[in-house]
Amino acid sequence: MFRTTLKAFAVLGSLVAFAPAPASAAGGEEIHIPDTRFSFDGIFGTYDRASAQRGFQIYKEVCANCHAMHLLSYRNLRALGLTEAQVAAIASTVQIQDGPNDEGQMFERPGRPSDRFRSPFANPQAARAANNGALPPDLSVIAKARAGGADYLYALLTGYGDPPPGVTVMEGMNYNRYFPGHQIAMAAPLNEGQVEFSDGTPSTLENMARDVSTFLQWAAEPELEERRAMGIKIILFLTVLAGLAYAVKRKIWADVH
Amino acid sequence: MASGLHNSDIPNPVLRWIDQRMPVFTMMQKEYGSFPTPRNFNYFWNFGALAMVNLVIMIATGVFLAMHYTPHTSMAFDSVERIMRDVNYGWLLRYVHANGASMFFIVVYIHIWRGMYYGSYKAPRELLWMLGVAIFLLMMATAFMGYVLPWGQMSFWGATVITNLFSAFPVVGEWIVQLLWGGFSVDNPTLNRFFALHYLLPFVIVGVVFLHVVALHITGSNNPLGIEPKGPQDTLPFHPYYTAKDSFGLVIYFIVFAAIVFFAPNYLGHPDNYIPANPLVTPAHIVPEWYFLPFYAILRAVPDKLGGVLMMFGSILVWFVLPWLDRSPVRSMRFRPIARIAFLLWTAAFLVLLYCGGKPAEEPYVTISRLATAYYFAYFLVILPLLARLEKPLPLPESIARAVLGGGPLPGGAAAKPMEKA
Ligand code: HEC
Ligand code: HEM
Repeated sequence: MFRTTLKAFAVLGSLVAFAPAPASAAGGEEIHIPDTRFSFDGIFGTYDRASAQRGFQIYKEVCANCHAMHLLSYRNLRALGLTEAQVAAIASTVQIQDGPNDEGQMFERPGRPSDRFRSPFANPQAARAANNGALPPDLSVIAKARAGGADYLYALLTGYGDPPPGVTVMEGMNYNRYFPGHQIAMAAPLNEGQVEFSDGTPSTLENMARDVSTFLQWAAEPELEERRAMGIKIILFLTVLAGLAYAVKRKIWADVH
Repeated sequence: MASGLHNSDIPNPVLRWIDQRMPVFTMMQKEYGSFPTPRNFNYFWNFGALAMVNLVIMIATGVFLAMHYTPHTSMAFDSVERIMRDVNYGWLLRYVHANGASMFFIVVYIHIWRGMYYGSYKAPRELLWMLGVAIFLLMMATAFMGYVLPWGQMSFWGATVITNLFSAFPVVGEWIVQLLWGGFSVDNPTLNRFFALHYLLPFVIVGVVFLHVVALHITGSNNPLGIEPKGPQDTLPFHPYYTAKDSFGLVIYFIVFAAIVFFAPNYLGHPDNYIPANPLVTPAHIVPEWYFLPFYAILRAVPDKLGGVLMMFGSILVWFVLPWLDRSPVRSMRFRPIARIAFLLWTAAFLVLLYCGGKPAEEPYVTISRLATAYYFAYFLVILPLLARLEKPLPLPESIARAVLGGGPLPGGAAAKPMEKA
């Protein structure tokens, strides 16, 4: 019995282990994404609120010039520890098109916490026109949409540099060690000292890349902390239940073995 | 007892009143209470019950997802993310449903493997087995269409690649493809009909599962020895023995399920499916969900399109005739020393195909896939038919009770009947 149970798990295990074959890099070349340590790593990891707040600031001041995040609302920022007043103040800095009003006219009004993050461009064509034909993707779920997740984002943002000898970069493109194909239309978006943090954190490239990656991971998986906390409770409960179920089974079967 | 009323011995008066007019409680008692079940099941016999629970979980979560999901190309992706963010416990519903599909396939693959290893497909259980293969095909169709619903890049391109396969069929091919698409490419009409069918097919599965269980309760279960029970000493009532054993297995299954849902909910998925579908951008590497990979590898192993499609479908359809390909009278591989090795190699070939299906269509994976495909078919079409004639099986135990309880005198009536299988 034990032997066959073991076999059952071996089959199951190999199915799961073989599963995630996809994720490998596209253009044939396998790019190794270095592992970055984040506060949310591991099953007990949580979001470093201060880091994510700085990350939002970087998004707002830098990335939002090109990248939309249309799945997020300003009210969601409460989850990062911002107060209601802070959220309202952030929302009110943008103008949102609303309407039609009673006269049938569209009008602009200051943003409210319930509004979605305002997109920098009205449509993808406008976004391309402003970016040499390249489309800056929406960043709402970018951390889930790239193999490597936040590790990849950090690597991408810190991976700019001069191309190795012999490699020519096309007009309007930039060399990046971690982007598939190594030529990316986005110029290095983060530069030393670009953003000023009110908590005094030095705005080095590494700090900023970590903060904005944390923010983007939170944006993609806002449920992560709740999910893990629930998971730990459920698995503990199920483990106890498994013990009980096994004891009951043993007792019932005691007279027939 | 008034004429026409069922003679019920249910103690509770209200239930008895119902039972006399509609004997469902008597039936449940007979089929799940006292149902005589071989006493020597191992834990592989849990997986049928697990599959049943999994089906219920899929329907329960699916119905609630459908309340918030929008089957339109311009809204489907965002509506799924909205479920994840704004619906109470929506992330839980969706992750249980998405990973539930993977769990369903893990469970059903083990269930099928069990049937193959212990010869459960052989007489008198051929129809039971064939209904099982039908369930598997329906599951594949359901899961394929479900994966299209979130309308990510892999949804769209997977749908495009797989529906296009039908165009390989001569004469009717183009027509089938247009019927699936509802137009001339994968587009809004495709998404709409896939949603309707994705809602419908699980209930068709429920129907076939019912027939599967009806057939099971006529022939009774097979068991690890592959010999029929010969009397009461070989069986136990289903309740409480197997209800208790299945409950333990069920909790273990929930632990595995929970570990995936709560700690690695996107591990089995593809990151590209979080990129909204875009007909103008082809992903570098289109891969179906992991549970289709063995068949996808067979498809790509064949250089000819129609040939590949036929081999892919054939690789599952051949299961239908397995009872007639394997004519050996001995069911359990425990007593078939050569077939056992051949089958374990087949299992390895299946896993190799699963692995190669997720790799790009280049060397060495193509050659490996071809070899594994050749063995996959050879096992069914050559090895099993030959072994039925050539292999000398080990001696079978006299009865289940004797094998389980060891030697010694058997309780009355045992071994009275001669062995009915070789
Ligand atoms: C000047 C406009 C601009 C700014 C500012 C900008 N980006 Fe980009 N970004 C782009 C464009 C254009 C692309 C598309 C690049 C391509 O496909 O080659 C892109 C692509 C990306 C990608 C996707 C890379 C991939 O794997 O496909 C990420 C992630 C990203 N940007 C993050 C950021 C972050 C984080 C910031 C802020 C720190 C930022 N961007 C600021 C224009 C911008
Ligand atoms: C045999 C049972 C079923 C299987 C195998 C199955 C499989 C799937 C799969 C693989 C997905 C894609 C998950 C993802 O990546 O997001 C999906 C999505 C979906 N399914 Fe099912 N499903 C089943 C039953 C049902 C039922 C009965 C319903 C409705 C009553 C349903 C409703 C939905 C909806 C609305 C979605 C889209 C939301 C989403 O993608 O998460 N499913 N299904």
